[in-house]
Amino acid sequence: MTGFLDAIIQGILLGGLYALFATGLSLMFGVMRLVNLAHGDLIVLAAFAIFVVAERLGLDPFVAVLLAAPILFAIGFALQHVLLNRALGRDLLPPLLVTFGLSIIIQNGLLQMFSADSRRLRSGAIETASISLGGDIAVGVVPLLTLASAIAVIVLLNIIFYRTAIGRAFRATSDDLDVAQLMGIDVNRTFAIAMGIAFVVIAIAALYLGLRANFDPTIGPARLLYAFEAVIIGGLGSFWGTLAGGIVLGLAQTIGARIDPEWQILSGHLAFLVVLAIRPRGLFPRAVD
Amino acid sequence: MPLLRTQKLTAFYGDFQALYGIDTSLEASETIAIIGANGAGKSTFLKAIAGLIEGPADSVLLDGLPIGAKRAADIVRLGVALVPEGRRLFPSLTVEENLLIGGHSRKLAAPWTLDRVYALFPVLKERRSSAAPLLSGGQQQMAAIGRALMSNPRVLLCDEISLGLAPIVIADIYAALPQIKAEGTSVVLVEQDIVQAMKAADRVYCFQEGRVSLEGRPRALSRDQIHRAYFG
Repeated sequence: MTGFLDAIIQGILLGGLYALFATGLSLMFGVMRLVNLAHGDLIVLAAFAIFVVAERLGLDPFVAVLLAAPILFAIGFALQHVLLNRALGRDLLPPLLVTFGLSIIIQNGLLQMFSADSRRLRSGAIETASISLGGDIAVGVVPLLTLASAIAVIVLLNIIFYRTAIGRAFRATSDDLDVAQLMGIDVNRTFAIAMGIAFVVIAIAALYLGLRANFDPTIGPARLLYAFEAVIIGGLGSFWGTLAGGIVLGLAQTIGARIDPEWQILSGHLAFLVVLAIRPRGLFPRAVD
Repeated sequence: MPLLRTQKLTAFYGDFQALYGIDTSLEASETIAIIGANGAGKSTFLKAIAGLIEGPADSVLLDGLPIGAKRAADIVRLGVALVPEGRRLFPSLTVEENLLIGGHSRKLAAPWTLDRVYALFPVLKERRSSAAPLLSGGQQQMAAIGRALMSNPRVLLCDEISLGLAPIVIADIYAALPQIKAEGTSVVLVEQDIVQAMKAADRVYCFQEGRVSLEGRPRALSRDQIHRAYFG
């Protein structure tokens, strides 16, 4: 019984990481209707950016991410403004092709610069610190911080989306591109800001990816898959749904691993297929999608 | 100099030409109506002015300034707002958020505020927190007009604002036009309801197959003239 309870707790905490992977993707789809095939690679790119900042300046990764976040915001803004806005339109294919190409460029660029060696972000004692919950159950501080960060990110995004003028512009642009322009909204700039924010979320996801596991230039596509599954399980366009989707995925993986370690990844995919079969629009779809 | 002028305005949807050299003018505080059968090019005319269809720069002049090649977002900042056909409120925004987004481009204090819009259409204040799709058709139309007014336009372009509404609701909406004009806003009405348009407008243009087929003051136009201009 303790083992099963432990699996549930660890699954929820793992879900926090998947929710962080997925929130940036959910934001991009929610505002721009952009299916970003390079999302996983961008998380890995951000992890390397934090790694470089931390190594070169001798900083803790938690501090390095604060320095990397504004840089990544600027990169996201520029990427959307210069490249992705040109690809977006009525046809879904061009942005898919562009982001697929971007994925290949990032992977190969990282391989060229950093080789195929695995890296890890080092943050000292916090990496192995844990809190005992009684019985034989303990939770790691980093997984706990991951989930707390995912919740904080989603609360902040909800504040931006529902309490600010730029958030109104995000939702209006997502609803009706033509009429949004009639309101004086500069759609290209609005999309670029949304992408900048998505890149900050990517930076936070990258921090926890690098603290929890090794990463190398080729692991992006698997992170993309988890992110997609979490977004689709949760329901397109809903941040809280994305958190729920991440947790469902995390739970399925840890419970599957408890039954048989070989089932860990497969269980996540099976949970995704079951949700897709029962509720094709996800658990918490946005009403107007 | 007219406040708004179109000269030899053309518009295309791909290879299909929808407008053939439209010349119109609109004076300050004036209301003009564009009437015509389905497919005559009325809505295309408004879209071309609002920047949703790009054309030659000097085909649309605002205060003599060529705006025909500008983007929709820039044109609304210059003082031309469109109430689109079918209302097209933002469904994920509340009524109040729809109104606020209408003022998105506004930098300075100006006559049309939330309170002024609520005074013009009191029912919107009662429904301010409702999601836009939950409003009745008439309330949605009021919200769409209010949203456009929030940008403080000098020219308000209204596309079929009576479409699909009950006569009593149409009367309520048209009753607001004099107050809008009183703020110095000029109005371009595109209407299929000829009676309503003739009552509200200072001048009328009739379109037929993308061309102006008749122009004049409502009282100066005979029923027969309008019939011929309308149907050819």
